Amino acid sequence: MNSTAYNYQNDISIRTEGLTKRFGNFTAVDNITFHVKKGEIFGFLGANGAGKTTAIKMLCGLSKPTSGIAMVAGYDVATQAEHIKKNIGYMSQKFALYDDLKVWENMRLYAGIYGMKEKIIAYRINEILMQLGFENEKNTFVKTLPIGWKQKLAFSISIIHQPEIVFLDEPTGGVDPAARRQFWELIYATAEKGITVFVTTHYMDEAEYCNRICMLVDGKIVALDSPKKLKDTFSAQNIDKVFRLLARNTNRT
Amino acid sequence: MIQKKYSPFLSFVRKEFFHIFRDRWTSIILLIMPILMIILFGFAITTEVKNAKIAIFDPSQDAATHAIVDKLSTSEYFTIETYVYSQNEMDNLFRKRNIGLIVVFSEHFYENMMHGGDAKIQLIADGSDPNYAYTLTQYASALLGSYQQENISHNFNPPFQIETTIKMLYNPTLKGAYNTVPGVLGMVLMLICAMMTSISIAREKEFGNMEVLLVSPLKPITIILSKTVPYIVLSLINFTSIMLLAVFALKVPIVGNILLIALISLIFIFLSLALGLLISTIVKTQIVAMLISGVVLMFPVILLSGMIFPVESMGVFFQYLAKVLPANWYIAAIRKVMIQGLGISSVSKELIVLISMAVLLIAISIKKFKVRIE
Repeated sequence: MNSTAYNYQNDISIRTEGLTKRFGNFTAVDNITFHVKKGEIFGFLGANGAGKTTAIKMLCGLSKPTSGIAMVAGYDVATQAEHIKKNIGYMSQKFALYDDLKVWENMRLYAGIYGMKEKIIAYRINEILMQLGFENEKNTFVKTLPIGWKQKLAFSISIIHQPEIVFLDEPTGGVDPAARRQFWELIYATAEKGITVFVTTHYMDEAEYCNRICMLVDGKIVALDSPKKLKDTFSAQNIDKVFRLLARNTNRT
Repeated sequence: MIQKKYSPFLSFVRKEFFHIFRDRWTSIILLIMPILMIILFGFAITTEVKNAKIAIFDPSQDAATHAIVDKLSTSEYFTIETYVYSQNEMDNLFRKRNIGLIVVFSEHFYENMMHGGDAKIQLIADGSDPNYAYTLTQYASALLGSYQQENISHNFNPPFQIETTIKMLYNPTLKGAYNTVPGVLGMVLMLICAMMTSISIAREKEFGNMEVLLVSPLKPITIILSKTVPYIVLSLINFTSIMLLAVFALKVPIVGNILLIALISLIFIFLSLALGLLISTIVKTQIVAMLISGVVLMFPVILLSGMIFPVESMGVFFQYLAKVLPANWYIAAIRKVMIQGLGISSVSKELIVLISMAVLLIAISIKKFKVRIE
């Protein structure tokens, strides 16, 4: 699959051209170019310090690129960060839920932050509770939920305002494999509704679930394709092996 | 049809109040501790004095008064700062200069002393700092007493009497509470605004909420404002309850303009919030935020504000250190207005210092907050 095949602007959620971020002499993100299709599950892989976080920060409009272009949801990250923020969702590995708020209060808080209308908020809260099977947990304090449930709740809240793209930064840390599988089912359901999922992870088995993956080593893209094609190209059994092959010459640890 | 929309700002402020009232300890710290502090610090603690500045009003100018003035000035407790020559001058002395005590001699002192008349000395102290004032009058009385003793033994004349009266300006009954109220106000506002704000922002960082908030359409300034509004509200509640306690429980009258007191407090609240914000930009966890606010803000306020130990009797280094503490300027201003009943022109220096500190800190902390996002 060739990334330049998606030329139609309307089909593209994220497009970068030579995106670069330097801190002094250190180049955290080095001239990366890629496209992410609408409704695609796009995996962003790399060791710690490979530049994943810096790249995600630029795409979310938190950090301005040193050079290059990034268009997210049709807006330029360098000049239209405010528009981007309205059209994206974000979930971090810390889940960012408030323990001392009830399940529905957490949902309402974030819905309120995104300026949603009251009627839509009520509708969305019920919809999410049903989808997660949380009907009886509406008034439960988040601190009493098991971690797998918190994870699903955090994800659902990150898309409560039905954004065009959701960024998941290492979303499955500290969760057992069964809960992780359930979580990926939720991601698939979301992508099917047309929401683009941009996910970073260092679990290589998880990368197999993505439509396409982009591997980052020392701030540079070293591979970008579907998991199957990558395995074929490098004649490896799994993505972990592919990554080991590519990351062998890394300078940063 | 108009559809109701939740304001992002109000959603956020609501959530802050949940944090405060759903945590038992937070509620206790914010609402009950101020009352406990007023009670705890209500007890006066006696302290030592060295080289306190005094003024002399001596209409007699005779051998006896000169001897007494000599005795006072050669003691290690007092330094004679100035002489006054009229009653009117005395009135302005405490306001204009850092005078702790005025020693007033009656007219024809020596004559009266030798011929059985009543030779009188009045000690006038600034009672708005009662610990200090009380100590000064005690030391002065002791020196006068020893002068009398010496003269009795060297003199074969019939015993004479010097009558010493003590007058406490601004705080006639020498209540410790007069000193406590401004001090506790300063401490409570500092605690709520600086400490609690820094802890609550550190909490957002610690649990990863800050990342999510920064990616949301909320502007950084909205996040800051909505984090601080609840603490401003609580500070005002505490300000009111401390004022009510002061007047009705501790019987400390509010002599000055209550609006001026509120204005000074509001400036101090903003200053403390900025300090809290600044601390939160440096730290990553709640516990560090708490330690830093405790060590950097609370202890110096308690120890160097003159609440427990008079700043006047501290070393030069600590006196300068005390000068950079915002709380000291606040407490000084509140003392002047609340207890001495002075107007805005008398606290202009304190106001200017507080406002400049507030502006500087707000500018630095907002800049740091933004830099961190980049």
